[in-house]
Amino acid sequence: MKKNKDNDRVIFTKQMKKDYTILMPTMLPIHMRLLEKTFKLHGYKVVLLETNNQNIVDEGLKNVHNDTCYPALLVIGQLLDALHNGGYDINKTALIITQTGGGCRASNYIHLLRKALKQGGMGHIPVISLNISGLEKNPGFKLTLALTVQLIYAVIYGDLLTWLANQTRPYEINSGETDRLVVKWEDRLSEEYKKAVNLRLAKIKSNMVEITKDFATIQKRNEKKIRVGVVGEIYIKYAPLGNNNLEKFLADEGCEVVVPGLLDFLIFKADNRVDDVNIYGGSKIKKYLINKFIDFMLYLQRTMKKIIEENSSYVPVTQYRELRGLITNDYVGYGNKMGEGWLLTAEMLDLCHMGVNNIVCTQPFGCLPNHIAGKGMIRKIKENYPSSNIVAIDYDPGATKVNQENRIKLMLANAKEISSAQ
Amino acid sequence: MKLGIDIGSTTVKTVLFDKDNNIIFKDYKRHFSDVFQTTVEMLERLSQYVNKGEALHAALTGSAGLGVSKVCGLPFVQEVFATQIAIKEHIPDADVVIELGGEDAKIIFLTSGIEYRMNGSCAGGTGAFIDQMATLLNVSLDELNELSLNQEKIYTIASRCGVFAKSDIQPLLNQGADKKNIAASIHQAVVDQTIAGLAQGRDIMGKVVFLGGPLTFSQGLRDRFKSSLKLSDEMAVLPDNSQYFVGIGAAMYSKGEKKVNFDELLSLIKKGSKNAVTSKKLEPLFKNTDEYEEFTKRHSQNDVPRKDITLYKGDAYLGIDAGSTTTKMVLIDKDCNILFEYYGANLGNPIKIIREQLKLLYNKMGDEIKIISSGVVGYGEDLIKTAFGIDHGLVETVAHYKAAHHFNNDVNFIMDIGGQDIKCFHIKNHAIDNIFLNEACSSGCGSFIQTYAKALGYEVEEFARLGLFAETPIDLGSRCTVFMNSSIKQAQKEGASVGDIAAGLSFSVVKNALYKVVRVHSSDELGDNIVVQGGTFLNDAVLRSFEKELGKNVVRPSIAGLMGAFGVALHAKEQQNKSSGIISPEMLENFTHKSTNTVCNLCTNHCNLTINTFADGKKYIFGNRCERPYKGKEKKDIPNVYKDKLDYIKNLEIIKSDKKIGMPLGLNIYELLPFWTAFFNELGVEVVHTGVSTREIYTKGQHTIPSDTVCYPAKLMHGHIELLLDMGINDIFYPCMSYNFNEDIGDNHYNCPVVAYYPELLKANIKRLNSVNYMNEYFGLHRKKDFMNKAYEFFKDKYEVSKKQVKTAVIKAYEAHHKFRSYIREQGSKAIEFAKENDKKIIVMAGRPYHIDPEINHGIDDLISSFDLVLISEDSISHLLPGIKLNVLNQWTYQSRMYNAARYAARHKNMEFVQLVSFGCGTDAITTDEIREILESHGRLYTQIKIDEISNLGAARIRLRSLLAATRQ
Repeated sequence: MKKNKDNDRVIFTKQMKKDYTILMPTMLPIHMRLLEKTFKLHGYKVVLLETNNQNIVDEGLKNVHNDTCYPALLVIGQLLDALHNGGYDINKTALIITQTGGGCRASNYIHLLRKALKQGGMGHIPVISLNISGLEKNPGFKLTLALTVQLIYAVIYGDLLTWLANQTRPYEINSGETDRLVVKWEDRLSEEYKKAVNLRLAKIKSNMVEITKDFATIQKRNEKKIRVGVVGEIYIKYAPLGNNNLEKFLADEGCEVVVPGLLDFLIFKADNRVDDVNIYGGSKIKKYLINKFIDFMLYLQRTMKKIIEENSSYVPVTQYRELRGLITNDYVGYGNKMGEGWLLTAEMLDLCHMGVNNIVCTQPFGCLPNHIAGKGMIRKIKENYPSSNIVAIDYDPGATKVNQENRIKLMLANAKEISSAQ
Repeated sequence: MKLGIDIGSTTVKTVLFDKDNNIIFKDYKRHFSDVFQTTVEMLERLSQYVNKGEALHAALTGSAGLGVSKVCGLPFVQEVFATQIAIKEHIPDADVVIELGGEDAKIIFLTSGIEYRMNGSCAGGTGAFIDQMATLLNVSLDELNELSLNQEKIYTIASRCGVFAKSDIQPLLNQGADKKNIAASIHQAVVDQTIAGLAQGRDIMGKVVFLGGPLTFSQGLRDRFKSSLKLSDEMAVLPDNSQYFVGIGAAMYSKGEKKVNFDELLSLIKKGSKNAVTSKKLEPLFKNTDEYEEFTKRHSQNDVPRKDITLYKGDAYLGIDAGSTTTKMVLIDKDCNILFEYYGANLGNPIKIIREQLKLLYNKMGDEIKIISSGVVGYGEDLIKTAFGIDHGLVETVAHYKAAHHFNNDVNFIMDIGGQDIKCFHIKNHAIDNIFLNEACSSGCGSFIQTYAKALGYEVEEFARLGLFAETPIDLGSRCTVFMNSSIKQAQKEGASVGDIAAGLSFSVVKNALYKVVRVHSSDELGDNIVVQGGTFLNDAVLRSFEKELGKNVVRPSIAGLMGAFGVALHAKEQQNKSSGIISPEMLENFTHKSTNTVCNLCTNHCNLTINTFADGKKYIFGNRCERPYKGKEKKDIPNVYKDKLDYIKNLEIIKSDKKIGMPLGLNIYELLPFWTAFFNELGVEVVHTGVSTREIYTKGQHTIPSDTVCYPAKLMHGHIELLLDMGINDIFYPCMSYNFNEDIGDNHYNCPVVAYYPELLKANIKRLNSVNYMNEYFGLHRKKDFMNKAYEFFKDKYEVSKKQVKTAVIKAYEAHHKFRSYIREQGSKAIEFAKENDKKIIVMAGRPYHIDPEINHGIDDLISSFDLVLISEDSISHLLPGIKLNVLNQWTYQSRMYNAARYAARHKNMEFVQLVSFGCGTDAITTDEIREILESHGRLYTQIKIDEISNLGAARIRLRSLLAATRQ
C-alpha cells in the first residue's frame, strides 16, 4: 500500500492538546460523563455533547450517505451540529470518535466524518480516533496505560451505576430517589476524577462497595414487574438519541429494563484478537499480551459481581466467560466478530437464562452484522427457549416512533400473557 | 355491554356486544385521516343502542387507536393481541391467522408456540399498496378483484415494497400487458410479501384464517394465498365479520377492564380531538399573500409562444413523451412555437391515448401542415415508435436537456420529477454530466402525491392548493414513500389537516429528490441556473417547497410537464428529415393493436415476452433482455467478461465420486468454487453445486429469510440450500470467512459481514439443515499455511486423508484460484485489446463476484452487449494499479477491487465505469460515494445501476443510454 499524501489526515499535534477543545459525541450518558472527566484529568479539553435536537438528524442526512447506518448519521450529525451551532471556535476545535476496526461499516465512521468535514469546508479540523488497536496515531493524543486503565474504571463505574439503578428505579417507593442517588454519585466521582490519586484500584473497589450499599438502602416496593432486556447494535442499544428514548418508554409501560453493560463489549473486542489467532493462526505473543489485558478487565468484572453479591440482593452481572459459554453449536461461532458479533447472540441467551424472556433487539435499519447475529438468531433462540419473547426493532431517521412503539407493545402484551400464565 | 373500537390506519371499526354476547351494532368507515371526528360520528350512531347513562366495558385497538387511548384514557389493547383473543373464542382450531390491514400486515401462528409477526418499518404488500396499484391501473378495488379472477398468467412483480412493485407494473402497463394478469400479479406480490416478509421461516400450514379489509373484499387475493400456500377450501377460512375481528377482540378484552360511562367516553373523545399532540412541523409555504403573488408572477414569465394551429402552414415537428404515468405530445413549427399540445394520464394504455390524440391532431392540421419529422422519448419509446412509425427515439435525459436549454442557455442543473421518475443532471460544457435517477428506492414522486390525494378524496390540484396555504405543514421526513406512509399515519393520528399533509408531502418529495437522489450537501453545488420540470413541478406546492429547501429561485417553464415532448420535438427538428415515416391518417383509422404472452426459450433466462402486433403486421416484443427474440439465437461476438467468468464456473472440472459434498453457488462461492472443487477433487470428493440462481430457487427458500432488508444475493442462498437438501446431499459445505484473500490493494481484506457469516444464519434458520451434516466452519484462506493445518484437522477423519494429501489438495486449490483469477485478467486484457482494434467503447461494470449470476444482474451484461459495447469486470483490471490510501477505510477485498478498477477506468478515455449495487448492500453506502469521487476527480462520469429482485431493466437502459449520449457529446 502506497500512501497518497494528498489524502493524509489532519494530525492532532501536541500544541493542539494545549489549546484545542475536543468534542466527543454521546452514547451512554453516565459512562460518557466519567470518560470526559478522565480525559480532562490527562489535560485534554474534552467536551461531551449531550445535545438532542432535530438538527442533528438533519445534519446527518445532509452530510452522510443516507443508506449508511443510523449511528453514523447521528454521531456525525451531532458533531457537525455542534460545530455549526455550538459556539465553538472551529479553528481551535478537534473531534474525537471511537474506531473499533473490523469488517463492519462502523470502522468507517471516522472517514465519513472527515469526508463530511471536508465537504463542509472544515477539513482543517483534526479528528482523533479513539481505539485500542493502534489504527491511527496522533502526537497530541496518547492512549497511555494509565489513561486506558482509568477509562476502563469509568466504564466499570458506569456499568455498576446503570445496572443497580435499573434494578431499583422501577420499585422505588420515594419517587426520584434512584435518580438522585445516581446524580449524587456522578457528582462525587466527577470530583474524585480531578485527582489521579483517587483512581487506584483499592479506592475504586471501596467506592463500588459504597455505591452498592447506597442503592441497597433505597426503599423498594415488593412487587414483580415485567423485565425487558435491551440488546443490539451498541450505539442504538444505549443512546436515547438513537433509540427514541427506549428505556424511558419501557419504564413508562411499567417494565424493569435490563441492559447489559459496556465492559463486555470492550472485552469482546479484545477477545476477537485472541479468537483470530485461534481460528486463523497468528502471533502467540500478541495473544498472550491481549489475554493479559483481558484478564485485567475480567478481574474487574469479577470484583463487581462479588461486591454486588456481598453487599446487596441485586441480581449480579453475568461474567464475560459465562456469556461466551452460552454460545453453542446452534448459533453463530466465536469467529463472528464484526459489529457486536456473537456477543449480541450471547446477551440474548443470557437474558433468557436470567429469566428475562422479553427482549428488544435494536439495530439501525439495514445493519449488516445484525442480519446474522441479531435477527438471524432469534428463530433459533425461540426454538431452544420457547418462552422467549423477542422483538427486533429497526431505527433510522424515517422510522416513526408510533410504529416502533406499537411493535414493542405487542411484545409487551405477549409478555403479560406469558407472565400471567405462569 | 362490551364495546370494541378498532382504529386502523385507514378505517374505524366499532363492534358492540349486548350482555348476552350478541353483536348488536357494527360499523366500518374510512376515516380519511380525521380519526377523532370519524370515531365520534360512529359512536354517536351507536349511542341509540346504549341506554342513557349506562356504563359499559370498552377498549380501543388499532394502530391509530393508541393515540386516541392516550387522550381519552380508554384501555388500549395491541391489535394483534386483540385478534388472537377473538380467534381463540370463535375459531379455536385455527392454526394461522393472516390479517392484512390498510398499512399493516400480520401473521399469528397459534399452534405449537404462539408467535406474532407484524410488518416492520416496511408497509409494502398491504391494503394501501393494493389501493395504490388500483389507482395505477385506474380501476376500483372491486374491479381489480374482478379482473384478477380471470387471470391467465402471473408476472413477477417485486414484492418487497410498493415502490418496487410499481416500477415493475408500469412497464407492463405501458407495453400493453393485459390488466387482468397484472391484477392477479399484484395480488401475488402481496402474497409473496406476506410469506417472505412475515413468515420468516415458519411454514404457514393447517387451518388458515383470513382477516382484515383486503382479504375480506378480494376473492382474487384469497385465491392467490390459497394457491401459494396450497390450501384446500376447508383449510382456508374467511369468517363472518372478518374485518371486525380486531374490534371483536378489543370488546372481549375490555371485559377485564373497568366499566366506563358511555356519555363520558364520548365527551372524552370529543374533547381529545381538540388537544391532540402534534408531530414535527414545518414553516408554511407562504408567509402571506404578497409572497404568494410575487411567486406566481415570477413563474409566469417562463413561457413558450403558442401559435394557432389553424393559421399555420408549412413544416411541423412532432414530439411524444410516453412517460410512466402520463403521455405528452407537442407539435412545433419552424420557429419552435407550439402548435398543439397534449398532457394526460395514460391510464395504463398509452397506445390508445396517442392514437386518439393523433387523430385529433390530424384533423386540426388538415392539408396545410406537414409533419416532416417526429420523435419519441420515455418508457414506451420502442413500443410507440413501432406502433406509429415515429422517426427518432431519444433517451429522456437528453430530451430534457434540449428543452431546458431552449429556456436558459446557461442552465447548469436540471431536475425533472415525473410520475414515478426523478431525473436530475448537471450540465457541464453543454453536455450532460452527472445523472441522478431515482432507482427502485425513494421514488417519492408525483404519482405518490396523486395516489395520496385520491386516497384522501381529493383531486391533485385541489390537494396542492390546500397545501399552499397550510399553516403548519407536517414534517414527513425524507425517506421512501413506504416510510412516509407511516409518518402520515402518525400525523393523521394527531389530527393533522389535509393541507398540512399535502404541504408536508411536497417537502418530502423535494427532500427525497435533493438528499436521496442528488444527495446535495449545499444548494451551491447545483449552481445558479436551475431549471425544474416534469409534471410534478406543475404543482405549486412542490415548486415552492423546492425553492424554500434550496433557498434560491429556480426556473419552471410553463410547459414543465411537456418538456420531454418539447425536447424530442426539437431533436426531431434538428435531424433535418425530408419527410416523416409517421403513420398516415388512413392507417391510423384502421389501426389495431393486440398483445399476447409467451416465454422465450432461446436461452436459460426464459424471459417472459409480451408480443404486440399491429394492423400492418409489425411486431414489438418486450420483456426480452437481449436481441435474440428479434434476431434468433445467433449472438453478436463482442467480449463480455461477465459471461466468460460465468462460463468458467459452469465448466469447472469436477470429478465423479460416491463421496459427495454440496456447495450452494452464491455469494463468495461464486469466486471460490474453483478453489474448493480443486481441493475436493484431489481428496476424491465430488463437489455438487447448485448452478446459477433462478426465480424458482429464490421462491424455494424465501420462507426462511429472517431479515427482509438483507441483499438479494444473500436471500438467494436460502433457496440454494433447499435445493441441495432436495437433491439428497448429506454433506453440505459452506464455510464462514471473516477474511478474504489479501490482494494488497486495500487497508485490510475483509469480507462484508453478510458474506462472512451468512452460513451461520442459514444453519439457524433452515430447520432441515439439522438433519444433514452442515459444515460451516471458519476458514482463513489469507494464511495458506495455517489454512493447510486447519483443513487437515477438519477433514482428516471425515475423508481418511493424510497430511500430505491435504497439502497437495491445498496447493492445487490455490493454483486453481490463481488460474481462475489469471483467466479473468487475461479475458480482460483480450477484451481491451479487441476494443482497441475494433474501435469500440469499453464498459467496466463493477460488482462483486456473485453479480455474474444472471438472476442477480438480470442480464444487464447482455443489455450492454446489445449496445455494441465491450464489457469487462472490475476484477479483470483491479490488479493493474497498486492500492493507495483513499478517503474511506478500504477494508473489503471485493470492494477494494472496485476502487482500483474505478481508478484504472478513470485514466482510460475509452472506458466508462458502471457500478452495480445490490439494494440493501450496506458496504455500497460507502463505496458509491468514494467511487464517484474517484471518477469525478478525473473528470469522468459515474454511473450506478441498482439491482434487486426486480427484473425490469428500464432504469438500467436509461442510464446506459444517457451515459452513451453524454460521452458522445
